[in-house]
Amino acid sequence: MPTSGTHDKAARAKATRRQFLLGGAVAGVGAAAVIGLDSILNRPDTPATATPAAPEIATIHGGETVPFYGRHQAGIATTPQAHATLIALDLREGSDRGALGRMMRLLSDDAARLTQGRAALADSEPELAVAPARLTVTFGFGPGFVARAGGTAPPWLAPLPPFTVDRLQPEFSDGDLLLQIASDDPLTVSHTARMLLKDTRSFATVRWVQRGFRRATGTEASGTTMRNLFGQVDGTANVAPGTAEFDKVVWNTGSTDTAAWMAGGTSAVVRRIHMNLDTWDHLDRGGREQSVGRTLANGAPLTGRNEHDEPDFEAKTAIGFPVIPEFSHMRRARSDNPDEQIFRRAYNYDDAPEGTEIANAGLVFIAFQADVDRQFTPMQRRLDELDLLNTWTTPIGSSVFAIPPGCAEGGFVGDTLLA
Amino acid sequence: MNTSTTLRLAALVAAAGLTLTACAATPAPTPPAASQGVAEASTVVTITDAWFKAADEGMSGAFGTFNNAGADDVTIVSASSEVAHMVELHETTENASGELEMREVKGGFTIPAGGSFALEPGANHLMFMGLMAPLQAGATVEVTVTFDDGSTFTFEAPVKDYSGANENYETGE
Repeated sequence: MPTSGTHDKAARAKATRRQFLLGGAVAGVGAAAVIGLDSILNRPDTPATATPAAPEIATIHGGETVPFYGRHQAGIATTPQAHATLIALDLREGSDRGALGRMMRLLSDDAARLTQGRAALADSEPELAVAPARLTVTFGFGPGFVARAGGTAPPWLAPLPPFTVDRLQPEFSDGDLLLQIASDDPLTVSHTARMLLKDTRSFATVRWVQRGFRRATGTEASGTTMRNLFGQVDGTANVAPGTAEFDKVVWNTGSTDTAAWMAGGTSAVVRRIHMNLDTWDHLDRGGREQSVGRTLANGAPLTGRNEHDEPDFEAKTAIGFPVIPEFSHMRRARSDNPDEQIFRRAYNYDDAPEGTEIANAGLVFIAFQADVDRQFTPMQRRLDELDLLNTWTTPIGSSVFAIPPGCAEGGFVGDTLLA
Repeated sequence: MNTSTTLRLAALVAAAGLTLTACAATPAPTPPAASQGVAEASTVVTITDAWFKAADEGMSGAFGTFNNAGADDVTIVSASSEVAHMVELHETTENASGELEMREVKGGFTIPAGGSFALEPGANHLMFMGLMAPLQAGATVEVTVTFDDGSTFTFEAPVKDYSGANENYETGE
């Protein structure tokens, strides 16, 4: 959880500034007018135009921290930060079980320090470590990592079955070790990645890097469902962290699998979804909304008014067609089986276009679920068979990782597998 | 005996406002002070953020910050470790031609009363010579320092890959 200290301080600073401004106003304006102004200033939803004399004092977010130690790793239930870099590594040939333990100790110590705003050991740029801005580092193990560790892999830890829509590129797929580094500050993400990679260098090589972004901190209310580069509200159906439902969808109990070391962990499916912004432009607003089954304005189902309204798949248009088309992404993603749910925590990417293109953009799609085979794959099968959105989207990368549980102080991430 | 020492060390760490985390240097228990008057150096000194530079062979360095919670200055006069034939106390100075050089320090490392003494790349450090085996990244190494009062302090710290700390030596390579 972010610390509340900075908020309190900012609130006090704001109050002080208001008092100062009002103090000046008292001399020139009648007391009644001042009271009126004060009540306007203190109304939380005052339109910006009503407070021309009191510019907002920016809240400084750099000092906010998310705990590193815990039963679960951070960066999953954490409210998504604005920036993320995902790095997949291939283990070097000589990296045996002992080496994996040494590497994970180093990486856990780095993460424990950096996430709390302290320089890592041997950090040659310690000044870049002082603003964590809710930094989290989440580690994941690919099939090769678990095999090298001599551990038992959960049955679902393998590449997804091939889908007809896939155009997978090896340079965005698979990997032995995943680092998910996320923060509200991109410089912090960059420094953290640099520090962690200096400590993986003798054990592993970089396989792929995927960078993603959401809206900047403070642009809109924290926890607002993100928008993707098609302009869609993306991820409305997510279960909410902190609920029993979330715990059931996300956390592995270690009991259904033979891999007891995964208790308190989860799985990550990382898919790079190219979004063809140019052909999407051919589509009018009505077509865009029908492809997903939600409005562009606020993400409400086409049968509802608000984002989180339950969709009514039975509702028909005047001429008898379903209001939410059978081929829409939302209809196809839905299952009557409550097991087939995932927790999405995606980021947008927008890279330099190639050749004569003017866009090279899409989604670094990240889904967490307790069991890939039971929850993710059936949903993806339905979307592979039919989903109008497939017309404009293409999976070009795909990886599956086991996310081990968190660790206690003195331990390290992966100690349930390696210690 | 060990418990009381551990508790005392924990209290010192707390007093200094420091937190030990995974892989941080953890002071190994040392015998409690024998003398009645001035506290033995080993009972008032802690180290934080200690680490060693990884090396396949030859030489390496150890870094970190010594803290002295006592009322008197204490001086580290020597150091030893099972991973190296010799450990020296080094400083980095400018030679006559303006180049930075490392050389053995005269008079040891003095940690001021209530203060600290930093070992850093490009500055003061513990120099490991004649490594017995490779210092592998992520391994833990133990080192013992001896104070001017004859007491000793043993700590362990992780080995990290580090590209810096490549200054020349006054003698040797």
